[in-house]
Amino acid sequence: MRASTAPLLTLPLDGGQSERLRQALAGLTPDQLQWVSGYAAGLAAAASVPAQAAAPSTLSDGANTLTVLYGSQTGNGKGVAERLAARAKEKGFGVSLQSLADYKPSQLKREVLLSFVISTHGEGEPPDDAELFHEYLFSKKAPTLAGIRYSVLALGDSSYINFCQTGRELDQRLADLGALRLQPLAECDVDYEEVADRWVGDVLARVPDLISATSPVPQLRAVTVAPRFDKNRPFHAEVLVNQKITGRHSSKDVRHIELSLEGSGLHYEPGDALAVIVRNPPALVQQLISAVGLDGATPVDVAGESLSLETALSEKLEITATSTGFLKAWAAYGSGELKSLLEQGDRAVLSELVDGHQVIDIVRRFPATVDAAGLASSLRKLGARSYSIASSQRANPDEVHLTVAAVRYDAFGSEHWGAASTHLADRLGEGDRVFVYVEPNSRFHLPADDSADIVMIGPGTGVAPFRAFVEERAERGAQGRNWLFFGDRTFGSDFLYQLEWQRHLKSGALARLDLAFSRDQSEKVYVQDRIRAQGKDLYEWIRSGASIYICGDSKHMAGDVEQALVDVIALHGNTGAAEAKARLKELRRDGRYQRDVY
Amino acid sequence: MSRILSDVERIKAASRHLRGTLAESLADAVTGALAEDDTQLSKFHGIYQQDDRDQRSERKRQRLEPAYSFMIRARVPAGICTPAQWLNMDRVATEKANGTIRLTTRQAFQLHGVIKSGLKAAIAGINREMMDTLAACGDVNRNVMAPTLYDLTDVHRQVQADARRLSDHLTPATNAYHEIWLDGTKLPLENDDRAADVEPIYGRTYLPRKFKSAFVVPPQNDTDIYSQDLGFIAIVENGQLVGYNVTVGGGMGMAHGEPETYPRLADILGFVTPDNILAVAEAVVTTQRDHGDRTNRKHARLKYTIDDRGIDWFRAEVVERSGVAVAAPRKFAFTSNGDVYGWQADAAGAWHYTLFIQNGRVADTGDRRLLAGLRRIAALHHGEFRLTPNQNLTISSVRDEDRESIESLLTEFGIENELQASALRLNSLACVAFPTCGLAMAESERYLPSLIDTLEGHLIDAGLGNEPITIRMTGCPNGCARPYIGEIGLVGKGPGTYNLYLGAGFAGERLGCLYRENIGETEIIEALLPLFEAFGAARADGEHFGDFLVRTGVVREVTAGRNFHAAEVAHG
Repeated sequence: MRASTAPLLTLPLDGGQSERLRQALAGLTPDQLQWVSGYAAGLAAAASVPAQAAAPSTLSDGANTLTVLYGSQTGNGKGVAERLAARAKEKGFGVSLQSLADYKPSQLKREVLLSFVISTHGEGEPPDDAELFHEYLFSKKAPTLAGIRYSVLALGDSSYINFCQTGRELDQRLADLGALRLQPLAECDVDYEEVADRWVGDVLARVPDLISATSPVPQLRAVTVAPRFDKNRPFHAEVLVNQKITGRHSSKDVRHIELSLEGSGLHYEPGDALAVIVRNPPALVQQLISAVGLDGATPVDVAGESLSLETALSEKLEITATSTGFLKAWAAYGSGELKSLLEQGDRAVLSELVDGHQVIDIVRRFPATVDAAGLASSLRKLGARSYSIASSQRANPDEVHLTVAAVRYDAFGSEHWGAASTHLADRLGEGDRVFVYVEPNSRFHLPADDSADIVMIGPGTGVAPFRAFVEERAERGAQGRNWLFFGDRTFGSDFLYQLEWQRHLKSGALARLDLAFSRDQSEKVYVQDRIRAQGKDLYEWIRSGASIYICGDSKHMAGDVEQALVDVIALHGNTGAAEAKARLKELRRDGRYQRDVY
Repeated sequence: MSRILSDVERIKAASRHLRGTLAESLADAVTGALAEDDTQLSKFHGIYQQDDRDQRSERKRQRLEPAYSFMIRARVPAGICTPAQWLNMDRVATEKANGTIRLTTRQAFQLHGVIKSGLKAAIAGINREMMDTLAACGDVNRNVMAPTLYDLTDVHRQVQADARRLSDHLTPATNAYHEIWLDGTKLPLENDDRAADVEPIYGRTYLPRKFKSAFVVPPQNDTDIYSQDLGFIAIVENGQLVGYNVTVGGGMGMAHGEPETYPRLADILGFVTPDNILAVAEAVVTTQRDHGDRTNRKHARLKYTIDDRGIDWFRAEVVERSGVAVAAPRKFAFTSNGDVYGWQADAAGAWHYTLFIQNGRVADTGDRRLLAGLRRIAALHHGEFRLTPNQNLTISSVRDEDRESIESLLTEFGIENELQASALRLNSLACVAFPTCGLAMAESERYLPSLIDTLEGHLIDAGLGNEPITIRMTGCPNGCARPYIGEIGLVGKGPGTYNLYLGAGFAGERLGCLYRENIGETEIIEALLPLFEAFGAARADGEHFGDFLVRTGVVREVTAGRNFHAAEVAHG
C-alpha cells in the first residue's frame, strides 16, 4: 500500500497539520512508515500526553474501571477489598475485584486506577496470595506504569518488627515504576477496621475526579522499528521465564519457557510452532572430541565457514541424532563391524542403530580413526527444533511460551541429553537470549467460527497448543465450548498447568476437563480410556459440529487415540468400524479433525 | 457487636446435617482439595484439609495447586483401644497415609498425608475395626478424655466407663457420616437407637465452636482438666467413687495481638453424683448451644460465654435445664499433669507399661522402631492400649505370663531406651505445626526435640538434670499442646520466633505469663539460662520451676484468663 492512498485520521489534527503530514509521508516505503510510526509514538510518550488530552465525551470501558486487588492470609484484606468494590459499584463505577493470586500481571499496563489491599506476614513477607505478583513486580519484567493512579492499604501487626513491610514495598515500587499515588499509603494494625474504612472513603472520594482527569485516549507506546524476522534472520529473543512445572516427585522435568518477542514484529496464531536455534550440550561436545581423540581447536570447514572443531560440534553439526548417512560415513572410517551390519541391511538392526543411538554411542561402539575434517563432513547440519507454541499472542502480546520436556536419560552406561530441550531447560537462564522464528502450521488452527465447539486431546507436553487455544478463545470471547483431555503419569506432580485449567474451568473458558493419570492406581489409565468412557457425550459434541484436535506423541498415543475415536463413533453412531473410520476421514478432510503429532 | 453470623454458621445451617457437597467434592478429579465450604464440614467427619507448606511456594511457581492431603483424626473415647484396632490403624497409616501414626494430646489417633482419592478407603478402613472419625473435630463435643493410671483399678474402670457413656451421649446423630464414607451402611455403634437423622442435642447448626470434655482422677491431672470446656474430677472417698466435681469454661486458644482472646482455666461448678453426669453435661452443652457467640468464632468458646454472663448465671441455667441440684464442690488435690512411665501393677495384679513417645509420633526412624515394635507387641498382646493425654502410650492389662515377651520386644525395637530421656523431654509436648498444619506460624514438632537437646545441657549444669519441668510448644496460639499451662510455654509467632510464657503450675492449675515476646532460639536460651541457675540455687524444698518463678517475682501470678494479658497491656 502506498502512503499517499492511506486515509489519514483527521480527528486530532487541524486541516493544515494533516496536509503537512500527508506531504511528509508521501512516497515512503512500508518499512519507513513503520519507523515513523514508532518515532512519533516515542515522541508522544516522552511528552506525557494524557494530562493535556481533550476532555472525553464518552468514556471507554477501561478508563472508568477501578481495579481492586487484594493479597491476604486471613481474609481480613479480602473483606476490605470487597467493601471498597461494593461501595464503588454502588456509586456506579466499573469495578474489577481480584485476588492477587488470580491477577495476570501482564494486565498491569492496561490499568488506569488500582487499589491494593495487602497484608504482611512472618518476617516481612507477602501473603501467599501475593507472592508471585510481588516477585513479578520486583523483577525486571515489571513494566513502566506511567499514567496509572494507585492507592495501597497495608495490613500488619505492629508486634512484628517489619510492620506492614509488604504494603510499604508495594507502595514504593509502584511509584518507582512511574505510577502516581492517589493518596498516601495507609497502614493498619491488628485493629484495622477504622483505618480501613477511612481509606475506602478516601479512595471513593477521589475516584470521580480521576475518571474525569483520565484520558480515554489509549496511551501511545513507543514501537521499536520492526524488521521482519524469519528463518533466514531469526530473532534473538530474551528468556523471561524458565520455570520447572512438574512437582518434586515427578519423574520428568518439564519447563514452562517464556520468551520476549518485544520489538520483533513476529506474529503467530495458536497452533503454530516456534523454531529454536539450539546448541549441543557442552559436555557431550567434549565427550565426543575426546572419544575420537581430536583437538577441539582444530579448524574445520562447515558450509564455507572456517571454525574450530569444538565450535562446529557445538553450534553447527548434529550430534544428538544419528542418521544413516552418518553411519555410512563412519563405517568408511574403518569399523569393519559397522560396515558389515550396514551391508547385511537388516532393517530392525539399522533402525535400532539410528533411533536408539546418538553419535557418541556409535563412535564408542564402533571405534574408528578419523580426522577433524572427516568427522565434520560425516555429520548433518544442526537444524532448528520446533515446539508447539503454548501461548496466545492475543493474551500475551509481546511474548511466546513453550512447554518443554527436558530429555535426559542414561544409555550405554552414560548420561544422554536432548539438544534442544536441555539447551532451553538447562542452559538458558532468565535474561539469556536464544534465536527463534515462527513456523506457521495452518493445518492445526482453531475453527474460524468462534461458536464452534472444540475437543482437545493433549497428554503430556502435547497439551501446549491447547493452552494457547483456550487462552485465545477466552481472549476472543468465543462462545464455542472447549473440552480438554489431558493425561500424564501422576496427578500430584505431572498435572501440567493445573492451576490455569482450574481457573479456566471456573471462568467457563474450559467447559470440561477429563484426566487420565497412568500411575496413580494399579491399572494404567490413559486419555484413550477417558475418551471411551466419555464416548456418549463426545459423540454428541462431534455430531453437533465440534472439531477434534490431537497433539503429542506419534508413536503410540496418536494411534491409540484415533482408535478410541473410531470406537466411539462406531458405538454411539451405531455403525461398523469401517464406516466410523470413513467418518473420521471425512472430519479430517473438512478440517474438523486436526493433528499435530511428532 | 455485630449481629451477623459467622460464615461457618451459614455453612452448617445449609449443610443438611453435615452433608454439604462432600460427595461431589470427593468426585472432583481436577483438584486434590474439597470445595471451600466442605473443608469446614469435613472437620465434623474428623477430616482436616491440609497442604504441604514446605512445597507451597514452589508449587505455585510450578502452576500446580498446593500439595493437598488430609489429616484424619480417629476418636478413641477415654483413649482405650484394642490390639486389633491398633493393628488396623497401623495398616491404614501404612497403606493410605504417610506411614506414621500420631497420638494426640486428646488421646486420639491422627493420620497425616492421606490424599483425596484415598480418603474414602482410609475412613472405611478405620471403621473396619469399630473405630470412627465422626466428631473428632468440628463444632461438637470431641474425643472425651479419661486418665490412664491404674493404682485404683475399680475407680478408673468406672471413670472410663463414664467417659465412654458421655462420649456416646454427645456423639452427633446425623447419618451423613455413614452415607458419605461407608456407602450408607451403619455401624453397630452403641448409641444407634436414636432417630436416624435428627440432632436432639445439637440441632441444625451444632455448637458455636469446638467443645472439649474430660475426666480426671486426682492426684494426677494428666488430662489437664482445667483446659477443658467441660470436666469431671473424680471424688474418691474410702476407695469409692462418690461423684465428680464438674468444671466448666476452660480453653487454650487465643489469637496474637487480640487481647480480648485469652486462654482460660475452668471454674468448678459444683459436685454431682455419677448418675447425673449425662444430664448435667447435656445442660452445659445446650446452654452453650443457645447462648454461645455465633457471630465471632474467636469469641465463641464456652469460656467467653461464662465470662460474659458470669458463672452464677451459668450454674443456674445448668441446674434449670438438667433438673440436677449441683452441690458444693468436694475436696481434692492435684500434684502433676504428666504421665507415670514404665511398669506399674494395678490392684488386681495386672501390669501396665507406659512408654514415652516424643511428640506422639509413632514412626520408624533409625534404631527407634516404634511402629514396627508396637506392631509386634499388638500381635501378641491380650489386654488394651491406652493413648495417654500427654501423647504417650500405655500397654495396658498385660498378663504376668506375657510380660517377659513384651519386655524383650521393647528392648529389641529400641522402645525401652526412650525412657532414658531427660526429665524435661519426658515432660514435653509439641503440636504438629509445619509442614502440614495450615495454622502454624512457626515450627513445633520438628523443632522442639532439638531445642530440648540444648536446654538439657544447661539444666544438668544447673544441677537440675532430673528435675521434671513441663515444656510445651505450639506453632500458633491456638494451643493444641496446651502451652499456656506448661511451666515453659513456647507459642509460635513467626518463622523461628516464639512468645515465651513462664510460671504455669506443674499440675496445670495456673496459667503461665508472657515473659518474652517474639524471640528466637538464642534469646530463648539466654532468657532461660539465668532462671535455671537461680532455680537450682534458691528453690525451696520440692518447689517446682513455675511456682519458683512466681514466688520470686520473675513473672506475675496469672489468676484468671481475663488477666492473662494484663502485663502486656500495662507495658503497652
